[in-house]
Amino acid sequence: MTLTGRKKEKIDRLGELAGAPEESGQSLLREAFKRLRRNPAAIAGAIILGLFVLIALFGPFLVPHDPVEPIGVDNGEVRSGQGIIPGISGEHWLGYDHQGRDEFSRMIVGARQTLWVGVVATFFGLAVGSLVGGLAGASYGLGGKWGRRLDGFLMRTVDILLAMPSLLLAVSIVAILGRSLLSVMIAVGMVSVPVFARLLRGSMIAQSSSDYVLAATALGVKRNKIALSHLLPNSLAPVLVQATLTLATAIIEAAGLSFLGLGNPDSAAPEWGVMLADAQGFLDVRPGLAIYPAVGIIITALGFTLLGEAMREALDPKLRK
Amino acid sequence: MALLEVKDLSVVFARKGEREVRAVDGVSFDVDAGEVVGLVGESGCGKSVTSLAIMGLLPKRGVRVSGQATFDGMNLLQTDERTLRDIRGRDVAMIFQDPLSSLNPVVPIGLQVTEVLTRHRGMKGEAAKKEAAHLLERVGIPDPTRRLKEYPHQLSGGMRQRALIAMAVACAPRLLIADEPTTALDVTIQAQILELLKDLVRDSGTALLMITHDLGVVAGMCKSINVLYAGRRVESAPRRVLFAQRHHPYTVGLLGSIPRLDAPKGEKLRPITGSVRDVLPWAEGCAFAPRCFNRVDRCVDGPPELVWTAAQHGYRCVNPVMEAETAK
Ligand SMILES: Nc1ncnc2c1ncn2[C@@H]1O[C@H](COP(=O)(O)OP(=O)(O)O)[C@@H](O)[C@H]1O
Ligand SMILES: [Mg+2]
Repeated sequence: MTLTGRKKEKIDRLGELAGAPEESGQSLLREAFKRLRRNPAAIAGAIILGLFVLIALFGPFLVPHDPVEPIGVDNGEVRSGQGIIPGISGEHWLGYDHQGRDEFSRMIVGARQTLWVGVVATFFGLAVGSLVGGLAGASYGLGGKWGRRLDGFLMRTVDILLAMPSLLLAVSIVAILGRSLLSVMIAVGMVSVPVFARLLRGSMIAQSSSDYVLAATALGVKRNKIALSHLLPNSLAPVLVQATLTLATAIIEAAGLSFLGLGNPDSAAPEWGVMLADAQGFLDVRPGLAIYPAVGIIITALGFTLLGEAMREALDPKLRK
Repeated sequence: MALLEVKDLSVVFARKGEREVRAVDGVSFDVDAGEVVGLVGESGCGKSVTSLAIMGLLPKRGVRVSGQATFDGMNLLQTDERTLRDIRGRDVAMIFQDPLSSLNPVVPIGLQVTEVLTRHRGMKGEAAKKEAAHLLERVGIPDPTRRLKEYPHQLSGGMRQRALIAMAVACAPRLLIADEPTTALDVTIQAQILELLKDLVRDSGTALLMITHDLGVVAGMCKSINVLYAGRRVESAPRRVLFAQRHHPYTVGLLGSIPRLDAPKGEKLRPITGSVRDVLPWAEGCAFAPRCFNRVDRCVDGPPELVWTAAQHGYRCVNPVMEAETAK
């Protein structure tokens, strides 16, 4: 099977979960939440994410040093050109970075931009993907011949995006839009557009053959109303699960772009991906400078993945005992 | 002229690469204004497909519908989708078998009721809410203002079906199609729902097409009864005529398979053996022949014609039951 084929299959599988007909949506969600709370992986993920969000929100107000000022250079402690970068000390908990800035403060402040990029990018992907997928799904499920054609056109377009390797796609988009924080967000978000689109479409098509849609049609309710107030609310669960999982990949991809030098051009603003890239030249002197941001990225991505996978499992009727 | 005249209705499911299924085969019947008509038959005989065809709710692809379904002078089978959407819910409404799955699980009951009011009666906001509460009260749901805020899973099966009935009668339609409205409910609730339907149609003069597999349950409320077997109407008569005399062996079995308390002592129950899957294609003879206790060789000579008696009693059988049931 091709890579695109595998991607598609994974997405569609999640989409089917919304169409479990014997479940009623409300109690389904409540049941899922109960299962979620009993799952240790979900709790671990939630704790990691809770800490991460707290740090991102309040950390910048509490850091011991200015994350942008090169303090170490001023008092002559850091001379990176000569391979002198002091490590962990009582004053500087993670030592200095190569420009003499406090590494610990930079890690804390960097969490904010990392989270911000991840959230905005995911939201962008969710919004655009849901728009395309929702339109395609509703026109396929409720429309006639022309609905099918519109769906076909939209989904072929989405398939082109899906077929491209995600990092390549993101790099091309930044190259087109120019380097800025916004284009990083758009590029990373764009990568997840086809996933959200396919997912919402599949889940809406599954819902469109359900009894309550037939009953609403039999009452003369108009199609756009059926799509918005009946299909959509019943199709959102898998999309929200996917959004959680996408946050993890968005953070990794944003860091990847920064690492490739395509990130936020304001290099003074701490960001884990940029810090990782900066640390490359000093791996032999201070490998910690690469390890701290890498561990930060990994743990955060792990948190989102743990929670997302647990949500997926909780919603999947076939995985349930 | 009847309010609804179904004439020669046929529905064929013909998907690519699959065998054609002739689910409904030349069915005709009338429903007069304000009258209750029964459509009876085992499950799989084409009752739901008939009602969906009348409402124009069958999928457009892979389905061939022919014949006429004339409602108030308009052939619904030839009417465009836009007009049909105006008619549905306002002039013709439908109640389905499973009240739980017929309600949107994530939308409060109230919104689902007001949706219909907004669509066909242009009501909005407080006025719509008030009318919705009034409707719920009318179908016997206690504490309607609270119920409006609840979700389908918070209601009992009977309450859900009442809510769906409320939506169906919200615009005082002239025709209500009820497709096995009590099949999914407990026996005690069944009686209540039937009573409610009976009251509603009597009070508002709505005609009711009552679809059921259980003739005994609804027989009392129908003015006339049509019996379907394997997609064809095999017997049709006013209720009194049919109760006095059933000609088609299938109808005899259908009524005979319901134990009756008032049956004379020693009357044998005559259950229908086999299942609806043991059908013969109508082209080769009577589809019921393989299961029939009255079978003769002529049964498989060709499709039996519908024979009418003087008392508006039609039956499709070459060897009908002629003596009155109780005489046996
Ligand atoms: N969408 C469909 N595609 C193919 N066959 C169908 C479809 N819907 C119903 N049928 C067939 O039509 C016949 C009548 O079904 P139905 O009207 O649902 O029976 P019932 O009398 O129980 O309501 C059945 O044999 C069924 O297999
Ligand atoms: Mg049925």
